[in-house]
Amino acid sequence: MTPGLRPEVTVNGVGIGLDGTDPATTALDWLRSRGLTGAKEGCAEGECGACAVMVARPGADSGTEWTALNSCLVPAASLDGQEVVTAEGLGTPERLHPVQRELARRGGSQCGFCTPGFVCSMAAEYYRDGRQPLDESARDVADDAVDDAADEAREPGHGCGANGFELEALSGNLCRCTGYRPIRDAAFALPEPAADDPLAARRTEAPPRAAATLLEGDSGRYVRPVDLADAIALLGEHPGAVLVAGSTDWGVEVNLRGARAALVIGLDRLAELRALSVGNDVIEIGAALSLTEVERGLAGRIPLLDKLFPQFASRLIRNGATIGGNLGTGSPIGDLLPALLALEADVVLTGPRGDREVAVADYFTGYRRSVRRPDELVRAVRVPVPLAPVTAFHKIAKRRYDDISSVAVAFALDIDGDVVRRARIGLGGVAATSVRARQTEAALEGRPWTVETVHAAADVLQGEGTPLDDHRASAAYRRAVLGTSLPRLYAETSPRQEASA
Amino acid sequence: MTPLSSRPASSPVGQSIPHESAALHVTGRALYTDDLWVRTHGVLHAHPVQAPHAHALVTRLHTAPALEVPGVVRVLTADDVPGVNDAGAKLDEPLFPSEVMFFGHAVCWVLGESLEAARLGALAVEVDYEPLPSIVTVRQAIEAESFQGGQPRLERGDVDARLAAAAHVFSGELDLAGQEHFYLETQCALAHVDEAGQVFVQSSTQHPTETQDIVAHVLGLASHAVTVQCLRMGGGFGGKEMQPHGYAAVAALGATLTGRPVRLRLTRSQDITMTGKRHGFHAQWRAGFDEAGHLLALDATLTSDGGWSLDLSEPVLARALCHVDNAYWIPDVRVNGRIAKTHKTSQTAFRGFGGPQGMLVVEDVLGRCAPRLGIDPSELRRVNFYRAGQQTPYGQTVRHPERAVTCWEQVLTDGGVAARAAQIASFNAAHVHTKRALALTPVKFGISFNFTAFNQAGALVHVYKDGSVLVNHGGTEMGQGLHTKMLQVAATTLGVPLSSVRLAPTRTDKVPNTSATAASSGADLNGAAVKDACEQILDRLRPVASERLGVPVDAVVFAGGTVGVTGGEQVVAWGDLVSQAYYQRVQLWAAGFYRTEGLHWDSTRMHGSPFKYFSYGAAATEVEVDGFTGAYRLRRVDIVHDVGDSLSALVDIGQIEGGFVQGAGWLTLEDLRWDESHTPARGRLATASASTYKLPSFSEMPEVFNVALLERAHEDGVVYGSKAVGEPPLMLAISVREALRQAAAAFGPPGTSVELASPATPEAVFWAVRRARGDGGLPQTAPLVEGGLGVVPEQPDATARPLHPRSEQLARQTGAGD
Repeated sequence: MTPGLRPEVTVNGVGIGLDGTDPATTALDWLRSRGLTGAKEGCAEGECGACAVMVARPGADSGTEWTALNSCLVPAASLDGQEVVTAEGLGTPERLHPVQRELARRGGSQCGFCTPGFVCSMAAEYYRDGRQPLDESARDVADDAVDDAADEAREPGHGCGANGFELEALSGNLCRCTGYRPIRDAAFALPEPAADDPLAARRTEAPPRAAATLLEGDSGRYVRPVDLADAIALLGEHPGAVLVAGSTDWGVEVNLRGARAALVIGLDRLAELRALSVGNDVIEIGAALSLTEVERGLAGRIPLLDKLFPQFASRLIRNGATIGGNLGTGSPIGDLLPALLALEADVVLTGPRGDREVAVADYFTGYRRSVRRPDELVRAVRVPVPLAPVTAFHKIAKRRYDDISSVAVAFALDIDGDVVRRARIGLGGVAATSVRARQTEAALEGRPWTVETVHAAADVLQGEGTPLDDHRASAAYRRAVLGTSLPRLYAETSPRQEASA
Repeated sequence: MTPLSSRPASSPVGQSIPHESAALHVTGRALYTDDLWVRTHGVLHAHPVQAPHAHALVTRLHTAPALEVPGVVRVLTADDVPGVNDAGAKLDEPLFPSEVMFFGHAVCWVLGESLEAARLGALAVEVDYEPLPSIVTVRQAIEAESFQGGQPRLERGDVDARLAAAAHVFSGELDLAGQEHFYLETQCALAHVDEAGQVFVQSSTQHPTETQDIVAHVLGLASHAVTVQCLRMGGGFGGKEMQPHGYAAVAALGATLTGRPVRLRLTRSQDITMTGKRHGFHAQWRAGFDEAGHLLALDATLTSDGGWSLDLSEPVLARALCHVDNAYWIPDVRVNGRIAKTHKTSQTAFRGFGGPQGMLVVEDVLGRCAPRLGIDPSELRRVNFYRAGQQTPYGQTVRHPERAVTCWEQVLTDGGVAARAAQIASFNAAHVHTKRALALTPVKFGISFNFTAFNQAGALVHVYKDGSVLVNHGGTEMGQGLHTKMLQVAATTLGVPLSSVRLAPTRTDKVPNTSATAASSGADLNGAAVKDACEQILDRLRPVASERLGVPVDAVVFAGGTVGVTGGEQVVAWGDLVSQAYYQRVQLWAAGFYRTEGLHWDSTRMHGSPFKYFSYGAAATEVEVDGFTGAYRLRRVDIVHDVGDSLSALVDIGQIEGGFVQGAGWLTLEDLRWDESHTPARGRLATASASTYKLPSFSEMPEVFNVALLERAHEDGVVYGSKAVGEPPLMLAISVREALRQAAAAFGPPGTSVELASPATPEAVFWAVRRARGDGGLPQTAPLVEGGLGVVPEQPDATARPLHPRSEQLARQTGAGD
């Protein structure tokens, strides 16, 4: 590989060198050490968004999209060659950016500590390419929150303003002072970007190229390979290297558990890992696409994932997190894996011997252990089509959004007439890895989709896995909600004949 | 109307303006304590060594290996303390402990050239511990009789006789949880020492004077050798009233020993595991009602979880006892209080300061008894409201009780409650798996520090020769908008535009001997002091203007940046008058002072009139509960709240909304889970991070959120007719809990009484639904019992001593205070 020139990040339009920066240094600490103290550390694990900044990322149609990221999670080194905008770069007290102006005048800041992060998340949504004012009929729905019919059509707290602003863009930002209402009002009052807005204009140009990066320091090295072959060669030489894409997991390890790596290999910009292809019998999703990119790229083609995405962490996390990362870390509580199990997806691993495919169900061998060999990396997942017509994703957690599941249940059922032809159910949070609920599947397949079948199968489902007591939920509750999950699905799919739980 | 409360027409006070730092907040320019070190040369960073035991002796502390780590400069231990090795005001909080009292207790601190060096140094320190038995729950503490501090009793009438005669007597228990402050900015201090040994500490503190006191006593210095400054805080909520002192002292100690600036900032997990929280409480109660639902008697024993040291637990408990009545007349009352000593963080002030815990007890009583009495819960609450002339159990006459009624009725009307109740009933009839409910609860909250001596404040106002004004006052800014209000007060009093006035950071060398910015009192106290200072200056300017304008001294009016007489045409510009006064050698600055009059309080008897006034409010909350999972959402909230004549409506509405959501967090999803196992992790906080301790996010915001300020609410005798706002709205969130209780009950037959665990997490609501349906479930507390076989609140034994604060003893000795 051939590292580029002096590593450098363009921050608020000015190039700032990375030399002297340790590869374990987060973008947040690096920005703050350069005097840009607007972004704050509130939690150091991507939960609060006080550190959010905007990064220029590839948009649809080869343009650029301003993407909000948690700067506390990504290594500064990973931003080599990239463009970053912070709250300081958006406006000044004398010339406030529209986002800043609306927040300031509506009481959107009290202590102000979370505010620069909100500003960046909000500005990214302000500049989102697909954001446009709703037409009149849709506007009525968005406005009239008390009306019952409208009520069922929208998710609480995640509505959409008449200006097309999706409130979900702020789901990764916490405020302890305001109670959020004035922030929502500010978001829904935003106009369209002005014609001469330079950040709006930047969207029509190509995104920054991924730089081949080498940054060395006391704790180790960060290397961004130029291509997949380069990455595989490097991994072959250093099988203990840490593979990092969105860094939403590795960043937490670094910050909260003091993890340091002799070698970090940055995969998130590799073109070979960033393809999305929709075929007649399979949909292939690149391992290094962010979940936001997958969500927008699929555009509803996999309804189960569409139901999952709004419940998966927050927009700030989904802007970084990847499917490859989810599979790579193998956390037993990841929400994606139960869905991939229900979809019967395959993992495409690649290494010096080329590609091989493994069913997701066979991929994990234990708690954070998998069949991936040390010289392999995840290249893509492949979802077979056609998809089962009845799908649902039930996430049980304390908080509706941006929380970790106590229990997650993904359903993909093929109900032909009144008979369940095929059932695939993925479970999270009830065992050391995500698992298929195979006994429950068997209790459903070939049987009529009736209250009786549902209740019998619910009893089976309640016994699947080995849920534990922990700070998120008791084992008894986990079992109980496993037991209510099928009746809930039944009630959702046949609203007129509600099964009692 | 008193001069203090009378307000000129069209003044800066009362204008709805943004936070004075809003433009700095949104552009990332506003500086917080931890933003300062990157602008400072040669800073050292501090990192703690935290003990992995709930209770243990430190048998060996070997720091030498840390000094081998590159970049480590020094390890601070108890041996380095030149003064008193204590971080608190009660001398029960060793700064460098020899006995570990909670999991995560810092036994020493490492200073490094970088935070990474200090972190690695802390890992290298060798500590040997001898583990000791530990108490990690209130119930364990009660069993072991592990208490600390005084055991106050609040009593009126003959509870036992009244209960014996009551038509209905119920008894029950309540375990209510604590709450992590989770201010977005963690504890932080930056200390410097100047060439003459003057110590300067910038600290994120609500109580700069006490931070100064503690730094001075740790360093063995007089207070004049220590200056504390607070630029602003990234949230406080009471968590920076007592907690910052020790960290400021460690940074100051490091700075004095090394001669270099020392920065100490806690990470989130350090902050959660080391700093105090809202007290959880255990309550036992018996309550008597007549046939019409009137509360006749309440006998309750409240045990707060104080953690390892006393901290503010005594005054928090006193306030809890003083709020057990909330807005309700209870003829005969006996409330005993005690503080459990447990091996946990030292629980402390948190918005409401015991008031929320006290109120939750009576609201739990009403919420659980209403179905058994066959009375609608809202109606049961309403019939028990205070009426004019009645007194609280501690003997204070309840002034303006009609305001609670007005708030309540306006919520009913504006919220369309009657129509919605019908809609909810038909929704519930049509849905088996989803139920809705709407609950109203009132708030009556006493304003003033229970601790009388704290009800004083100072200000220092400078008018410069050019007419510009600089205001210093003793209050701190934590986002509550105090500085915004103080700018408005100063501009109004001086009759100048807001643009002429600027606020200086809070510093102990500008205004000394300040009280904590707490108890919602910041604007009341400091506003009156600022006004006093401004009026002194006007009194000196009046003769100058009188002479210049040729009008009588008492006809001179200051308004809109000019000085003249009412209706008169001849005016002089403020700046010109000021300039002239300077040349006439008139003093253009003044120190203002204020003490709240009319307060008296005897902590020992728990009797008196500790509050200047009461704040009132009412909230109606509608929720929807999913029977499959216990998940719920807040569909709509309507609030009417009494802030007097608002000083700053945007600020006040922000406080009401934010307080409500924070209270809803406490009562629903914020879940402090300490490890109660007998493993080595015993006493560890399992929810010690943002990923495990969940605050309300956008998804918990009420879908419809209407907040109105009570109109025609002038409060006589308070600065410009206003009222305090910081704490009272938090308790409006009790309506969320009561709505969840009612929604869970709706899954069962009519008349179902639901016990709901606190916090009411989805899991807790799920079990409540199960019990309502008669499907069993995990019981959380002793069940509600009618008659004589239930809970009997424990009474204190003969050795229990009442509260007897040193402050009240001192005040009486010298004859100062009331």
